[in-house]
Amino acid sequence: MAPRAAAIVGIHEHPSRRVDGLSPWQIKGESAAAALADAGLTFADVDAVYDAGETGPMAGIAVPEYFGISPRLVDTTGVGGSSYEFHAAHAMRDIAAGKASVALLTYGSTAKSESRSIGTGGPRPVAAPAPGTNMEAAFGMPLIANYALVAQRHMHQYGTTPEQLAEIAVTTRAHAVRNPEAVAALTALGIRKTSEITVDDVLGSRMIADPLHLLECCLVSDGGGAVVIASAEVARDCATAPVWLLGAGEAVGYPGNDRDITTSAAVLSGPPAFAEAGLRPEDVDIAMIYDSFTITVLTLLEDLGFAKKGEGGPFVEGGRLRWDRPGAPALNTDGGGLSSNHPGMRGIFLLIEAARQLRGESTSQVDGARTAVAHGNGGLLGTRHAAATVILGRD
Amino acid sequence: MTSTETAADGPAPQRPLPSLADPDTAAFWRATGEHRLTYQEGEDGRVVFFPRRHGGGRVRDSAGLGEVYTYTVVRRHGHPFFRAHAPYVVALVDMDEGFRLMAEVDADPADVHIGQRVRVGWEDHEVGSERLAIPVFTPAG
Repeated sequence: MAPRAAAIVGIHEHPSRRVDGLSPWQIKGESAAAALADAGLTFADVDAVYDAGETGPMAGIAVPEYFGISPRLVDTTGVGGSSYEFHAAHAMRDIAAGKASVALLTYGSTAKSESRSIGTGGPRPVAAPAPGTNMEAAFGMPLIANYALVAQRHMHQYGTTPEQLAEIAVTTRAHAVRNPEAVAALTALGIRKTSEITVDDVLGSRMIADPLHLLECCLVSDGGGAVVIASAEVARDCATAPVWLLGAGEAVGYPGNDRDITTSAAVLSGPPAFAEAGLRPEDVDIAMIYDSFTITVLTLLEDLGFAKKGEGGPFVEGGRLRWDRPGAPALNTDGGGLSSNHPGMRGIFLLIEAARQLRGESTSQVDGARTAVAHGNGGLLGTRHAAATVILGRD
Repeated sequence: MTSTETAADGPAPQRPLPSLADPDTAAFWRATGEHRLTYQEGEDGRVVFFPRRHGGGRVRDSAGLGEVYTYTVVRRHGHPFFRAHAPYVVALVDMDEGFRLMAEVDADPADVHIGQRVRVGWEDHEVGSERLAIPVFTPAG
C-alpha cells in the first residue's frame, strides 16, 4: 500500500450556479474559508497555494495577497479543467517532501453570468496564438467540435453507438436528480427538463457537432470551490476523516501525424497513479471522470483501464455505472459537468465529490466506498490536452 | 447591437484568418498564398507538421492528396462568420506524404466519410499587402 503522506481534509463546493454579482475572487475566498472551516483550520495554517490562474495574470502573487497569507510554496500550473488534479498531485508530492503542510486549492468562475460560450464557441480574442493554435483558428472549430472528432473516429474504429454515448448523460442525470444542488442548478440555468432523462431524450436533442447532441454537452454555470490538502500530521487533528491521496500521474497529449485520437493522455497518467497507489481499476468504487462531453468519459474510462480500448460502449450500457449498481464503479455521482456544475474548469469538483463519497456524504452514496479515482482532462480531447489521474482512499 | 459586423446592412462577416505575426507558422501561411501546402522533412526523414524552425531538414511541397482521418459537422457556432457558414465539415486529413492537418471539407455533410480521398483546394485572402489561402478540401473521387 502506498504511504499515506497527504490527505484531503477540507472541501467546499460553492452552492450557487448563478452567483449574481459575486466575482470569481469572492467565490474563491468564500470557498476557501468554508473548506478550511470544514477541516477545522484557518487561513493562517495554509503554507502552500495552488492556483490555475483563472482570475488573471500573476495569480501566484495576487491570490495569496487576496487571502492574506504568506505561503512558502506557490504552484500556478494552469492546464484547463485538469489543473486541480495536477494541483492535488503536486500537493501530494510537496507535502511528502516536507515542503508544505497545508495546501489550498481554489476555483472561482462567473462563466454563466458573463455568457461565455464554452461548448459552442464564441468570439474569444487571442492576442498571440500559440503556433499550433494558429494552424487551426481559421477552421471554425468550437470546443465541442474538437471532441466530436474523437467521437466520430471512435464510432468508426470500434462500432461505438450514439445510444452508448447517450447512456453516460442518462446515468449522470440520474445522479444529478438525487443532488438538490444539482437540481437547483438545472433550474437556475434554465434547463427545461430537470428530471431523469432517457437515451431517446439525448438522441432527440439538437445536434451540435456530429455526432454529439446538446444533452451530451456540459452545462455552462457560475461556480467554484476549494480543497484543503494536509500532511498526515496535520490531518490527524483535523475535524474530518482524512481522504488520502494514494497515487498520481500526469501527462499531456497533442496532435501528431500518426496519433490515434481515440486514445488520450490518460493512458500515460493512469498507470503510474495506479502503481503508486498499489491498486487496479477493478478495485475502484468511485469514478470521478471529467465529463465535458459524453465522449470524454467513454475515452477516459478506456484509457484508465476500466474497459479495454474500444469496449467503453458496452461497458457503460444499461445504467451499469449508476451509484446503486454493484460490479462497476459509480460514475460522477454528484451529477457531473453534464448535469450539475461546469463553470469552465471542472477538475476541482472531481476531488470534492470523491472526498464526499469517501467520507460517506454523497447524495448518491455508494455503500462502503473505499477508493476513488479523480481524472481531469483539460484543453481539447481531440488535439491538445492535459491529463492528470489522482487515486484516493479512506482509512 | 451597433457592431457593423452584425448590422443587417453591414459588410458580411469574415472568416478569422491566421496570424502572420508568428514566424514559424507564418512561413506555412505565406506559402498558401502561392497555393503551396508545405510540410517539413527532418534530417532523419521524419515528417514534421506544421513546419517549425528547430525541426531541421527541409520544407517540402505536398501533392495535396490525402484521406479523411476523422471529421465533424459543425452546426452551431458563436462567431458570426461561422454561424452563417454552418453547417460545414471540418476534418483531420492524413496527407499522402505522412502529415495530418485540420481543414474544412467542402462537400455535403451526408457525403463525407472516414477514409474518403480528398484533394486540397484554396480559398484566397488578402491580409494587408500579403496573400494567404485557407486550404479547403474536396472529394477526390
